[in-house]
Amino acid sequence: MDDNDPKIAGDEKQSELVWGLDVTPEASPVDPGVIAVGPEMAVAGDVHPIDEGEFVRGSSLWRDAWRRLLKNKLAVFGLVVVVVISFAAITGPAIIKAVSGITPDYIPTDDIRLVKSFPPFTGPEGKFSWAHPMGTDNAGRDQFARVLQGGQISLFVGIISTLVSLLIGVSYGAIAGYVGGRVDNLMMRIVDVLYSLPYVILVIVLLSMFRSQTARGQLVLLFVALGSVSWLTMARIVRGQVLSLKNQEFVLAARATGVSTPRIIFRHLVPNTLGPVIVYATLTIPQVMLTEAFLSFLGFGVQAPLASWGSLAADGAQNIAIFPWQLIFPGVTMALTLFSLNFLGDGLRDALDPQMRTD
Amino acid sequence: MSSSNGHLLEVKNLRTYFDTEDGVVKAVDGISFVLKRGETLGIVGESGSGKSVTNLGIIRLIPDPPGKIVSGEVLFNGQDILLLPAAEVRKIRGRRIAMIFQDPMTSLNPFLKISRQLMEMTQLHLGHTKAQAYEHAIKMLKTVGIPDARERVDNYPHEFSGGMRQRVMIAMALSCEPELLIADEPTTALDVTIQAQILELIKKLKQETGTSVILITHDLGVVAGMTDHVVVMYAGKIFEQAKTSQLFARPGNPYTKGLLRSVPDPTSEQGKLYQIPGSPPDVAHLKPGCPFAPRCERAEDICRREFPPFVELTPDHHSLCHFADEVFAESGGMVSSNP
Repeated sequence: MDDNDPKIAGDEKQSELVWGLDVTPEASPVDPGVIAVGPEMAVAGDVHPIDEGEFVRGSSLWRDAWRRLLKNKLAVFGLVVVVVISFAAITGPAIIKAVSGITPDYIPTDDIRLVKSFPPFTGPEGKFSWAHPMGTDNAGRDQFARVLQGGQISLFVGIISTLVSLLIGVSYGAIAGYVGGRVDNLMMRIVDVLYSLPYVILVIVLLSMFRSQTARGQLVLLFVALGSVSWLTMARIVRGQVLSLKNQEFVLAARATGVSTPRIIFRHLVPNTLGPVIVYATLTIPQVMLTEAFLSFLGFGVQAPLASWGSLAADGAQNIAIFPWQLIFPGVTMALTLFSLNFLGDGLRDALDPQMRTD
Repeated sequence: MSSSNGHLLEVKNLRTYFDTEDGVVKAVDGISFVLKRGETLGIVGESGSGKSVTNLGIIRLIPDPPGKIVSGEVLFNGQDILLLPAAEVRKIRGRRIAMIFQDPMTSLNPFLKISRQLMEMTQLHLGHTKAQAYEHAIKMLKTVGIPDARERVDNYPHEFSGGMRQRVMIAMALSCEPELLIADEPTTALDVTIQAQILELIKKLKQETGTSVILITHDLGVVAGMTDHVVVMYAGKIFEQAKTSQLFARPGNPYTKGLLRSVPDPTSEQGKLYQIPGSPPDVAHLKPGCPFAPRCERAEDICRREFPPFVELTPDHHSLCHFADEVFAESGGMVSSNP
């Protein structure tokens, strides 16, 4: 995305949007005594309060956005699916363990058969069973538990990388935009350079350079690698926002009250960019998850016995002709999640920025 | 405070230039004035005459680049603000010199609660704790006449009307009891009834706190009712400077006369409204003579050739005009016929 991305152009209207929402009665009934200006006012010496009568409480930007979001069926669908899948991923493995004693990495040792991968809902004797609703993988591990655990890691990767991108991207963009001039130029050229590097290759190089022995170490590397490239677009978006905000009078007013520059950037300007930032963050999560899946698929991501949707799909893809369920379940779950996150992100954009809608 | 012979603020020969692609814009070119403690000074002029830049210069808020204070002194309590380090200036801003801006719709941060914005001032400058600052914010809102201040303090700016927002701005500006309040067209964006309320409020709070005020405006009616002294600016220069009563009674400059004539008189017969012909000059390309000459009714050759002198008409009445004395004499006659 570049600086004249339509999202940015539209989001400049954000501040107007705030004014436009459920405005308080502008022409309030005013105490007639106040209008009469003259010597008697000065003599009265008392400040006449404005009599607003019954004050209609305006609703905040967030409440309004929430209402608009709820009207968007696809976004609500996305929100529900995301919540359900996240909840299942977080609690699922523990529940399965409590119910049937199976952990995601449990390999049955008493099973001496050659083929250990069963279709869904099939027990050891080939009869219907609730034990493995998504079947088992090559080693006989419960696929359901593995998909849920993989979900944990996939979501975790997505969220952590997005947090990194929020932290670095927002501060970087805000500083560049506010300081401006040569500093801005230099900072954004650095972003341009990083942009022009093919980031998948960058990540692969990072991962293979610092190849870690433990699965957990590999995971941390993955976070660092994904986080270090995912903040670029965020920085551009925030910079664009800050550029349009910094010349507004409230910034001048803040400076005139003696507020320091860092405080103006982070307490006054950054909150004003929240709308687009939230939208973009929601769209970054699926993007990062997809990248993670891609890397895992190539073998650079999460290593067994830990699983992510990408690594599960990679395993399943090898056996697609014989054991299709090994690919289908993690694949479908991931696709559903990505769809839902994208729907949710689009819905949030419409909700936070209604002027953008073309329909 | 230090020895400053009763002068709170003394601006000496202030020049602020802007570097633009079109050349150097001399937005403020050699301005000097004095503000005594407790007094109100009006700065009047058309758009682009340098009023706002003068006042941004006083607290060093000129956007740099492209702006630059080229020369001059701004003595606040005898201390030259232009020479202070940035951190010291920040301590003065808001604490000792506060500003109110033109458009209350945009001068409050739309994403922060009123309370947060009011509290920031006193936490920053007076070292208030959160609780103290919160109470102070409510007290200030009451002072400026916001009803149900305790309930309203946690509202967002968009829940306030324009007039109320300007009251909030005034509350914010006065919450540290500054020695100088700079009001940059505080009523321009408001409708007439609210304008009167806001002006009365400023007047009243000024009387109570003894704050000195610089009132920037293009509304001569506001100047007449509010100020002790007036500075009339045109093309970055002071064209006339006098006590308010003096200026209205006996203007000594054709430009001031034009401005006064431009104020519609409700008592006179409906007719064509007077306006000064032409428009303000491009301050990037000023010709050698008097900047007002092309629009002036009594301009003569000398006006187009030579820059006019700053004539002292009375000890506190000055005018920038080749014919200041004559204009002054004429308007004396005008006043006697029209008391």
